[in-house]
Amino acid sequence: MNLLGKLSWSAIPFDQPIIMGATAFMVLLVVSVLGWVLLKGYLPYLWREWLTSVDHKRIGVMYIVLALLMLLRGFSDAIMMRAQQAVAVGGSQGYLPSEHFDQIFSAHGTIMIFFMAMPFLIGLMNIAVPLQLGVRDMAFPTLNSVSLWLTASGILLTNISLAIGEFAKTGWVAYPPLSELQFSPGVGVDYYLWALQISGIGTLLTGVNFVTTILKVRAPGMSYMRMPVFCWTALASNLLIVAAFPVLTAALAMLLLDRYLGFHFFSVDAGGNAMMYVNLFWVWGHPEVYILVLPAFGVFSEVSATFSGKPLFGYRSMVAATMAICVLSYTVWLHHFFTMGASANVNAIFGMMSMIIAVPTGVKIFNWLFTMYGGRVQFTVPVLWTLGFMVSFVFGGLTGVLLALPAVDWQVHNSLFLVAHFHHVIIPGVVFGAMAGFNYWFPKAFGFTLDERWGKRAFWCWFIGFHVAFMPLYVLGLMGMTRRLQHYDVPDWQPWLVVAALGAVIILAGIVCQGVQLVVSIRNREQLRDATGDPWNGRTLEWSTASPPPAWNYAVLPRVTAVDDFWASKKRARTTQDQPSEAPGYKPIEMPKNSATGFVTAFFAVVTGFALIWHIWWMAALGVLGAFVTFIVFAFRDRDEIEIPARVVAQFYRAHQAEAVR
Amino acid sequence: MRYAVLALLVIGAATLGGCQEGILDPKGPIAAAQRQILINSTGIMLAIVIPTVLATLAAAWWFRASNLRARYLPDFFHSGRLEMLVWSIPAMTVILLGGIAWVGSYDLDPPKPIVSTVKPVRVQVVSLDWKWLFIYPDQGIAAVNQLTVPVGTPISFELTSSGVMNSFFVPQLGSQIYTMAGMVTRLHLQADRAGRYRGMSANYSGAGFADMYFHVDAVPAETFAQWVASTRTTGPELDAQAYTDLTMPSKAVAPFTYRAAAPGLFNHIVSSVSAPKDPSRRVSPASQRAEK
Repeated sequence: MNLLGKLSWSAIPFDQPIIMGATAFMVLLVVSVLGWVLLKGYLPYLWREWLTSVDHKRIGVMYIVLALLMLLRGFSDAIMMRAQQAVAVGGSQGYLPSEHFDQIFSAHGTIMIFFMAMPFLIGLMNIAVPLQLGVRDMAFPTLNSVSLWLTASGILLTNISLAIGEFAKTGWVAYPPLSELQFSPGVGVDYYLWALQISGIGTLLTGVNFVTTILKVRAPGMSYMRMPVFCWTALASNLLIVAAFPVLTAALAMLLLDRYLGFHFFSVDAGGNAMMYVNLFWVWGHPEVYILVLPAFGVFSEVSATFSGKPLFGYRSMVAATMAICVLSYTVWLHHFFTMGASANVNAIFGMMSMIIAVPTGVKIFNWLFTMYGGRVQFTVPVLWTLGFMVSFVFGGLTGVLLALPAVDWQVHNSLFLVAHFHHVIIPGVVFGAMAGFNYWFPKAFGFTLDERWGKRAFWCWFIGFHVAFMPLYVLGLMGMTRRLQHYDVPDWQPWLVVAALGAVIILAGIVCQGVQLVVSIRNREQLRDATGDPWNGRTLEWSTASPPPAWNYAVLPRVTAVDDFWASKKRARTTQDQPSEAPGYKPIEMPKNSATGFVTAFFAVVTGFALIWHIWWMAALGVLGAFVTFIVFAFRDRDEIEIPARVVAQFYRAHQAEAVR
Repeated sequence: MRYAVLALLVIGAATLGGCQEGILDPKGPIAAAQRQILINSTGIMLAIVIPTVLATLAAAWWFRASNLRARYLPDFFHSGRLEMLVWSIPAMTVILLGGIAWVGSYDLDPPKPIVSTVKPVRVQVVSLDWKWLFIYPDQGIAAVNQLTVPVGTPISFELTSSGVMNSFFVPQLGSQIYTMAGMVTRLHLQADRAGRYRGMSANYSGAGFADMYFHVDAVPAETFAQWVASTRTTGPELDAQAYTDLTMPSKAVAPFTYRAAAPGLFNHIVSSVSAPKDPSRRVSPASQRAEK
């Protein structure tokens, strides 16, 4: 028996200059960041204040840092694919062999969905939801940290696959039989499966945590119908996580059993049935779309109300629409494979259900429109992202309804028309929403606003670049070009692909602008400082506390009397001229204690995952043992809360008030 | 606003630009019906979508904070009538389109035979790594990566796969359908005009996927009869052994024909999935290149 399983020096693709270059860059980056942290002596601070933090705001920030890094990785994949398809026509094989190209499109999909979009939105929810509910933390703060670090484990494993071994060459959906051992004998699919299983546990725990928090932990008076719409969308999204992710976990677990223990769930022979995997995958996959887009809808709701200086139009209607989408999203999964040969009845029903889900979505668009109607709309960066979303998303929805027509789907399924469609809903829907939320809540998280000028530049580059990059793909889909082609023989396609590549370059400019925006804002943070905690004249509770909020969020939990409670209390203060009561009697506050559990568990999860991928059984056993011991240690802890003395709380508010007056 | 117009122009260009080939240039009754549904539904939705986009931009612009002529209505956040309207506009659109979806999925159901006075030609399709095998059971011949069909005649396809899932797709003739090992899917298409149309796999199936395309030659009935006759005289014979050899992975295989195909071969392929079990028997990338 080999002590290192399947692992050997040949696992590192020394003969592939592009991969080795990317690896070298990544290693250099990690080493230099680590070195800088060590040399400057930041490690104890980092460990104490961030890595072991169970503060929902810090966890949120770390999620978003991960998401932004993975946006860069996923975008590098995207621009490589666009470059490959722009040149690989006729006899040309382009610069990426199919061996490499097939990994890139698989990694791009996996990373963008699981490791960019998900962490970004979960990060925003972490920052905003407990603050909006007027509470001090999540229901399970340590579990929250475990979720974060398990997500990071999945990300790490996926990125290790770049250097050691390979990633899946199956597309991000990893349909069997192609993903079975018989057709994919390498470790690529194993990397995919274990990365998703580990991060999937993290996501499921996040779902449990948010559902519990929103249902059980709210400020006094915060009834369901007084919750900000973002909390409603977060609730819907997390209900979907709780119900859908176990299905994915089960489907991937069965594929793992096929690959590791010779089971025949989805194999070609011995009674396996790959159609079952396809069904199960999309029973998770379609709700997943709404897991991503519902919180983004919540962001757009908050942004449009705040910057119009008006309550959200049709609050009850919005809540109803959100919950309708939440339920309906389970009834449409078959539209991902109308081409499988189901009966006309089945196709017709799923086609119609897929269209019905467009109704509540359409309602939301109209309600945002009426929110701006009669308002005083400020064209800030979040508003630009929101408007960009509204005008693009309706066209993405249009092509979506076309795809929901079985008769049309039979012709454009798996074509670039489909690729254009889902980018047309995910980029304006989810990415624009994430960017709007990022600009909107950044001052809450860090105490200073982001630079407007560079933010606007970033928006325009993204908006224009998106359309230049994806409109040509609709054309190509109608011309009969299918997705995932490493090279092609039809010269007529090339001009459109060149335009699409140009669009990707414009989006790159947008990403650069966002980088510059961050740097410029951090450099000018003193001018951009927001001492009031309420830079946008906000409506919901998060703007009533300091920016950045203290660990305990609120010294005294707010008593909620209305929707948009902070707005209502500001209005009251203006009419009755009453000043906030002088120096309330501060009480000591119990807060959850920092815990290394999440970080240590995730470390062992990476060890286990890596060992299982490479069949290093002793190491896998050690990893599982380590994680279990970590859990035991956590379970037997003596103290899990620390008391913040009233003196410290009072001190914080004195300093904060002094700054606000200044 | 400018960019919404730009987007529309690009979509418009798509409609025109796609005309040379692809699904907007149908050559058979199925594809023609599908294009009709595509265009009708797009039209119906644009009638709602374009006003909505314009109204959004107009509302945002008119109610900009700097416009002092715009009335500020801070208490305008509920209206029963408007709610009624915003729910019913998309609902009615969807009821209309749902009807189209329903009718379309029955009328154009892939297994439904095409009504015609001409007797259909049967073709059995097997997707292999990474090429297409077409068996003509009634004519007793077969072809690889080349599909010859008579014009004006319904073609009745039975499809399966030797292993990995693929999707059989000829955009100018109509619907695609998956090919799955151990299962048979059915599809009916017809070419109304003679010509050469591109066909391909529309479902990613591994390393040789990009070269997994073929040509459909739609020829007049007499030419088809001649082609069948001449095919019967040349080329190898497709028996169980020849099929096993064919299942070996290969890329970009030049089209060729078999003068005879063993009867019942297709059913045999469906019932005993015969892809190589041992991964090491799969061809290495180097030898795949050599086969080109």
